[in-house]
Amino acid sequence: MNKPVNTPVNNLEKIRKSLSRRNRSERLFRWYGRLAIFIGLAAVTVLFTDIVSKGHGAFRIAYLQLEVGYDQDLIGVDNLTDPEQLILGNWQAVPKQALRQQFPDVAGRSDKRKLYGLVSNGSGFDLKDRLLANPLLLGTRETVWVLADDDIDTYYKSWLDGEPYAARLSDKQVKWIGELHDQGKIRLQFNSNLFTRGDSREPEQAGIRGAVMGSLFTLLLTLMLSFPVGVAAAIYLEEFAPKNGWTDFIEVNINNLAAVPSIIFGLLGLAIFINFFHVPRSVPIVGGLVLTLMTLPTIIITSRAAIKSVPPSIREAALGMGASKYQMVMHHVLPLALPGMLTGAIIGMAQALGESAPLLMIGMVAFIVDIPAGFNDPATVLPVQIFLWADSPERAFIEKTSAAIMVLLSFLIVMNTSAVWVRKRLERRW
Amino acid sequence: MQATNILILILGLGLFAFYLGRGRSLALAKPLGGIRHIHSLPSYYGAHVALWCALPSLLLLGLWMIFDGPLINSIVLKSLAAGGMVVESSGESLLMNKITNLAQGVLPRKSADPELVAAADLMLRLEVISRWSLTALMMTLSLIGFGWSWSRISSSFRARPRVEKVMEKLLLACACVAIFTTLGIVLSVLFESIQFFRSVPIDDFVFGLDWSPQTAIREDQVGSSGSFGAVPLFVGTLLISAVAMCIAVPVGLMSAIYLAEYASQSVRGFAKPALEVLAGIPTVVYGFFAALTVAPFLRDLGASFGLSVSSESALAAGGVMGVMIIPFISSLADDVITAVPQSMRDGSLAMGATKSETVRNVIIPAALPGIVGGIMLAVSRAIGETMIVVMAAGMAAKLTANPLDSVTTVTVQIVTLLTGDQEFDSPKTLAAFALGLMLFVVTLMLNIFALQIVKKYREQYE
Repeated sequence: MNKPVNTPVNNLEKIRKSLSRRNRSERLFRWYGRLAIFIGLAAVTVLFTDIVSKGHGAFRIAYLQLEVGYDQDLIGVDNLTDPEQLILGNWQAVPKQALRQQFPDVAGRSDKRKLYGLVSNGSGFDLKDRLLANPLLLGTRETVWVLADDDIDTYYKSWLDGEPYAARLSDKQVKWIGELHDQGKIRLQFNSNLFTRGDSREPEQAGIRGAVMGSLFTLLLTLMLSFPVGVAAAIYLEEFAPKNGWTDFIEVNINNLAAVPSIIFGLLGLAIFINFFHVPRSVPIVGGLVLTLMTLPTIIITSRAAIKSVPPSIREAALGMGASKYQMVMHHVLPLALPGMLTGAIIGMAQALGESAPLLMIGMVAFIVDIPAGFNDPATVLPVQIFLWADSPERAFIEKTSAAIMVLLSFLIVMNTSAVWVRKRLERRW
Repeated sequence: MQATNILILILGLGLFAFYLGRGRSLALAKPLGGIRHIHSLPSYYGAHVALWCALPSLLLLGLWMIFDGPLINSIVLKSLAAGGMVVESSGESLLMNKITNLAQGVLPRKSADPELVAAADLMLRLEVISRWSLTALMMTLSLIGFGWSWSRISSSFRARPRVEKVMEKLLLACACVAIFTTLGIVLSVLFESIQFFRSVPIDDFVFGLDWSPQTAIREDQVGSSGSFGAVPLFVGTLLISAVAMCIAVPVGLMSAIYLAEYASQSVRGFAKPALEVLAGIPTVVYGFFAALTVAPFLRDLGASFGLSVSSESALAAGGVMGVMIIPFISSLADDVITAVPQSMRDGSLAMGATKSETVRNVIIPAALPGIVGGIMLAVSRAIGETMIVVMAAGMAAKLTANPLDSVTTVTVQIVTLLTGDQEFDSPKTLAAFALGLMLFVVTLMLNIFALQIVKKYREQYE
């Protein structure tokens, strides 16, 4: 039996030999960690750069300078106060005529159609609004900037960037744009339509105003319902609830609801609110109700944490001074916990603002041109508008979608920073 | 809206009642020598009167709003049946829709069936009656409540305990909303699913290999039956979730370990919130990113290697979903890793282990239950994620395990089956609820199990 004896020297030798391997694996492990962080941060960066690089162009849009004549016979309107005439008037003829005068040598049916394709389909109605704002213009001529068609807009921007995308334009249109550019009659200007108009099938006419208002009404209702109910539930569970099976059951329910997929809430809204209670589809009321149920667990959980963080000494002092339990909670615990609850509410609202899956179920995906003016008007919300635009085939909508995403993200950033601010400034550390 | 007006009216009455009750208690206290001589503070007397004035009628309003619609509908349908019209139960909702539209003036009255116009008139009449009787009843209730509680105000009346008891009940009611929500979810998906399983056997649904939910409009159409075998959907969902987990688990876990064990305070202070940003981005943005940036990139990349990658590949959807889940896993793992007691680290380091050996052999095993729980929560989230897959995954149900191929998921099918106008009772729409039931049951089990594990783990080290 001459098995080597395990002397200390022998062990030391072993350890020394393995040391470089162990150190190598230590370094490797550290690098894995760095790599993981890097991947996460890279994902954030790529995502944001991608969206911004796709969407920044949408804040400017191409306009053409035309000399238009508000000719009564051409439009077929001689009395601007007659609504019937206004509806029947041939408004698109105004920019068309101006284009013919700008390019007098264009002849032939298909060439003319291409020429008319330079301006937006809705530009005639823009001119009508202009005329209605200033009726004295009827019968006169003026030089105005008219919204260009979305294909022209896409081409002109890509051409300015040095890599023209002319797949949807004919050679003649490209030539005309070149001429207009040389004469200084085409330019990019701030795209106010994006912020003042509702949805449209024409990308150059489409805006996010309708969706923003829809989001606003939906969120307002969500906040009005979920904050009081959530806070009340949290107060009950933290301060009043007896420790029994019923309370446990409520707790389990809240924790599980926080993890239920959002689309299930959409099914709930469809089956209960729409099919059972006959709430109309597509309106902020039903959207707000569904989002209320969805954000309630978040608000309850954060509110409970805020109540828990109020030290027991406050409660004991209040009770010691003869306050009833209810007075103790309402006069002392609640005001001290309120900043924490507010943070939770803001986070919950940010969650609700970005949510779209349940709203697809309850019909808030309809194509809605009108800007909603109340809780009962058909509406869509910002994330759903993004979804709808992302599905549209027109190339110009990619830019629009990215711009809408930028708007949505800036709302979210504002909300989350204000949550952080509230937490830092108002929350008391005990 | 009439109901909002009534609501505002009642709330106004309640406020009025509050001041009257308060005023009366003050008047009562004055000859006695101040409010010290009455049982409760004056505002409690006011609140007592206000509660009696407003609460019963608000309850009535709630009940009325639930029951008046169905009641009116059934009366209208009965009147149609009495008029000799044959109403089949399947066409009922369609007919009611028509009548409602007639009544609201959405459909022109001229071209409609005279019987339906009569029914619409009846409906309008009933609605007016219902509204006025509701208003009258609510006012009476309010007045009775006011009068009764007003008469009870006296110096020895215990207003505070009564008000507090009612308020506590109201708080309890708010807490119970969570239960009602769960109940609502269960009832809605279960009820519609049972209807669905009446027309499609449950084993065909759970074990069937063929999913094509198009039901025919005409009898003689090819493939008119529609087949509802959900296995391809389950496989697709699992495939995409697996891809997502392959990205999220290693990256999330390693970044949590690095941030908790290695990173300096300043790196941690910067990297942690930066990773959390990923959690705050709406899923629709991820969907857009997956569909318009990642999917074409992967397709072109695959083409350059001679691989055919579908432009709706599971890889693109799953990969982006994985990125979305990274912060979820990393923050949960961070919680459990930092909860491991420092003494365990110190013990291991004192024995000569390197940091990574400590992490691998001491911390991870100690934190394992919590990490597993977190991963399960993440899986449940991946399964239920909707927008990314709706925008970036395919529509056609394909039974494949190839991540480069296009697959569809349970959530995609729910959305496609339920968006757009459809007759609500067709198996096509009901199938969405059956899928919803499956989704709910699976995620619920994952959640309960995971929460249990996490809770047990927390207790272990507390």
